[in-house]
Amino acid sequence: MLELYATALRSRLLLGTARYSSPAVLSAAVRASGTEVVTVSLRREGAGERSGQGFWSLIRELGVRVLPNTAGCHSVKEAVTTAHMAREVFGTPWIKLEVIGEDDTLQPDVFGLTEAAAILNAEGFEVFPYTTEDLVVAERLLGAGCRVLMPWGSPIGSGRGLNNLFGLKALRAHFPGVPLIVDAGIGVPSHAAQALELGCDAVLVNTAVAQARDPVQMAAAFRQAVEAGHAACQAGAIEPRELAQPSTPVIGTAFRA
Amino acid sequence: MRILVNGAWHELRSAALAAALAELGYAERTVSTAVNGQFVAYGARAGTALAEGDRVEVLAPMQGG
Repeated sequence: MLELYATALRSRLLLGTARYSSPAVLSAAVRASGTEVVTVSLRREGAGERSGQGFWSLIRELGVRVLPNTAGCHSVKEAVTTAHMAREVFGTPWIKLEVIGEDDTLQPDVFGLTEAAAILNAEGFEVFPYTTEDLVVAERLLGAGCRVLMPWGSPIGSGRGLNNLFGLKALRAHFPGVPLIVDAGIGVPSHAAQALELGCDAVLVNTAVAQARDPVQMAAAFRQAVEAGHAACQAGAIEPRELAQPSTPVIGTAFRA
Repeated sequence: MRILVNGAWHELRSAALAAALAELGYAERTVSTAVNGQFVAYGARAGTALAEGDRVEVLAPMQGG
């Protein structure tokens, strides 16, 4: 079982709720993914609009936990205020903390991130920091009270998979007891399987499912990939070799002198 | 009094945030609010006075990644 802030979860797949073609497709994808946690956000809503209320009703009907984010925040103050607003609306201490530092790559501002994380952890939030694979930043985030890390695989929405395998492996090795959720950049189920194989605890996927030709089928594919990757990690993989090694026993091979 | 609500100017009669939200049509809605960048909890809206030029944010649940 995956445990995030004392919450036990069977599924190791977290799913974003953005960019689906319709609410019905979103609902079907959430169900097909087997996820127990979906990410949500807050946005300005005009008095005449009702889309936010409709969305929130839909999510509640799905019976999953929500992980609100601070997407779009570029400063500590914005992120902290958004976190407070999210806690009130969604009724959860969980917050996926994003402090964006660069608009082309949506790379986190790790300095602002650690500062905001310290503030929010002290105020009783359970912070899921969207970070890089940097070990020093990870150490600072843990020192600030975070008990989960969300390293990126590659830039948000890029679908490029795990850009820095060495970095993610090092992060895993340095913090063996800290849940690692690879967030951002996962493009296909094999990327998710790879993350779990190398010992990450879970992945968060959004665009790869929402923008697939068939999001519901893709959600199911990610479910299988995450299960396979985790099982493979537990099973213990062989070490790669430079040269071939016959898998069929050579003793008793016919036609040999 | 002119108040900036979600980036657009509104001429409002209400002196407090709770009344201003009702005047704008947000009554009974699942929204969260901030004034001048500071979170204002639901229970504090009635006691939060607004002043000319204040910036109010009214946010609602939305899809997110």
